Amino acid sequence: MAELQISAVEKVYPNGFKAIHGIDLEVADGEFIVLVGPSGCGKSTLLRMIAGLETVTGGTIRIGDRIVNELEPADRDIAMVFQNYALYPHMSVYQNMAYGLRNRGFPKDQIEQRVQKAAGILQLDGLLDRRPRQLSGGQRQRVAMGRAIVREPSAFLFDEPLSNLDAKLRVQMRVEIKQLQRRLGTTSVYVTHDQIEAMTMADRLVVMNAGVAEQIGTPIELYDRPSSVFVGGFIGSPAMNFLAGQVDTDGRHLLLGNGARLALPADGAPAEPNRLVTIGVRPEHLAPAEDGPLRFEVELVEHLGADTLLYGEASAATGGGNGDKGGLVTVRLSGHHALAMGTVLGLTAEPAQLHLFDAATGRRL
Amino acid sequence: MVENRPWLTVFSHFVLILGIGVVALPLWVTVVASTHAGEDLLTSPIPMWFGDNMVDNYRQMLGSGMQHVSGQPLTLMMFNSLVMALSIAIGKIAISLIAAFAICYFQFPLRMTCFWMIFITLMLPVEVRILPTYEVIANVFTPLTKLLNLLGMEGTEIVLPGITIDLDLSMLDSYAGLTLPLIASATATFLFRQFFLTVPDELTEAARIDGAGPLKFFRDILLPLSRTNIAALFVILFIYGWNQYLWPLLVTTDPAYVTIVMGIQSMVNVADIEPQWNLVMTAATLAMLPPVAIVIGMQRLFVKGLVETEK
Ligand SMILES: Nc1ncnc2c1ncn2[C@@H]1O[C@H](COP(=O)(O)OP(=O)(O)OP(=O)(O)O)[C@@H](O)[C@H]1O
Ligand SMILES: [Mg+2]
Repeated sequence: MAELQISAVEKVYPNGFKAIHGIDLEVADGEFIVLVGPSGCGKSTLLRMIAGLETVTGGTIRIGDRIVNELEPADRDIAMVFQNYALYPHMSVYQNMAYGLRNRGFPKDQIEQRVQKAAGILQLDGLLDRRPRQLSGGQRQRVAMGRAIVREPSAFLFDEPLSNLDAKLRVQMRVEIKQLQRRLGTTSVYVTHDQIEAMTMADRLVVMNAGVAEQIGTPIELYDRPSSVFVGGFIGSPAMNFLAGQVDTDGRHLLLGNGARLALPADGAPAEPNRLVTIGVRPEHLAPAEDGPLRFEVELVEHLGADTLLYGEASAATGGGNGDKGGLVTVRLSGHHALAMGTVLGLTAEPAQLHLFDAATGRRL
Repeated sequence: MVENRPWLTVFSHFVLILGIGVVALPLWVTVVASTHAGEDLLTSPIPMWFGDNMVDNYRQMLGSGMQHVSGQPLTLMMFNSLVMALSIAIGKIAISLIAAFAICYFQFPLRMTCFWMIFITLMLPVEVRILPTYEVIANVFTPLTKLLNLLGMEGTEIVLPGITIDLDLSMLDSYAGLTLPLIASATATFLFRQFFLTVPDELTEAARIDGAGPLKFFRDILLPLSRTNIAALFVILFIYGWNQYLWPLLVTTDPAYVTIVMGIQSMVNVADIEPQWNLVMTAATLAMLPPVAIVIGMQRLFVKGLVETEK
């Protein structure tokens, strides 16, 4: 068990491509960190640098009290779970789990004991003699987990370990991995591009974008106070709505491009008048209201059972403005709502639930 | 596709049976002839059913050989052939595996150049380079002395303080000379390289994390995964080695190194007398046995190696 410290880490691939632009991250002992971001943002690259599978071209990585930049993967005291499991096809489940211990020169009885214990935890008891190809996807996933935990490493590294599983199994394994990690208390770094996985598993999330860490925080922090348009749009499902607008001259209201006027929280400091902003509001924070400032025309209804999603065009309730339509907006209502296409609703949003971002930089104001 | 046209079925079976006949008839004649006395085969028609001389023929060939040819018993020839075929097959596989491992898993200067040099030797089978190869085998130091001559040094020895190294080492009439020049194999190297390229990178990485160094990875992961490929190659290369004719003919003059293929040839090429066909056919039958045994013994792995990729 150990903390993990990443300082100013950079990665330039041999072909000159800079995949990581300086990332700082401190992972506490026993913490579960999730790296999340769109495809190609450098999640795997960062994880593989921690594992020692890629060279570190700038900055330092520290596991426990050792700088591991120059250490071989086997000497870093980490274990990794791969997306395609990477089980040795010609070895039995038992041998797969024992291989790393054997290479480290553990005595036979200790190997036996650790493998049996891991098999017990992961419900692999009856399967120890099988070959990987005689296992289902979920069982292979468990073996890969088993191979990691028998080592009792300082840190677990996961690279999208669930993305080859079907949706139901993914939910189940997600819970199992999280429980297992709690129980073992092992520091973990987990890569995924699935934001539900990210939100549900993480103690803290790192949202990555094009090689930089856009924001680091607990799932709730990221949900409540996204630091940029990118994070706002990435965390939460369905995605946050963004509307272009401008702060009114009084600093207490927003003028939307479509002419609607929304109130800002009255208690905070007034915003800078006339500033061009992007307004973010989550679908679940828009509510129907007779006299709401937005006029919403329903174009598509999705019934999810617990929720109903409405897609449509928002415009100003009062006419006015420059006649722009406001752009597509998603609204999430809880429960069932029998709304026909073309229904027109008034919409309102709590002032406290509006997120303001600079229109040019996308940073939170 | 399943079609139900009776005439087509009859026709295809006819063609198949014809094919089997064409292949099997000579084999049948060979085996039958090896059971007759010599005179039976000189009269027409040649017998199509077994005679009663089988035990005599085989005992003579295995025990003492054909007196007026080389006088070597077939046991010796078959032993020589076996040594040659096994050395070639095992040597080729071992060297190719190691070469392919180096090319696929290590970064070193001129890596691709090495690969292409190996690849180009595909165009230079023994038959093409037979003279220079013979010269090298006749004296292993030939390239070195040639090089020294180019540099202006004469003679065929290196004189160092205290010792004189005589640059003369012949491999003619030895198992080494018989097999070494045939061992280098671009085909097998290429085949293993292609196979290694299909082994997922994650497997290599998992092994690295599991603390397996390069040699351990090779032994514990790559070799077992290549098992079926190795078996398939072994069968092919064993037969290739067993059937070598031109090269053994060139490098061996000592009757103790006669291989069975050479032996059969010399039994047929007798000058003044009729070839003893019954004994020649006995030798031919015996010569077929080891390759057949190898194919039958390794059939399962062999087919697997050609069709299945176990990953
Ligand atoms: N060996 C390499 N050489 C050059 N560029 C690379 C190499 N490996 C990855 N990259 C680039 O680095 C960037 C980050 O790759 P990485 O694999 O870390 O993405 P990722 O966030 O894991 O994406 P995904 O979710 O698709 O797995 C990508 O733009 C990729 O093209
Ligand atoms: Mg990735």
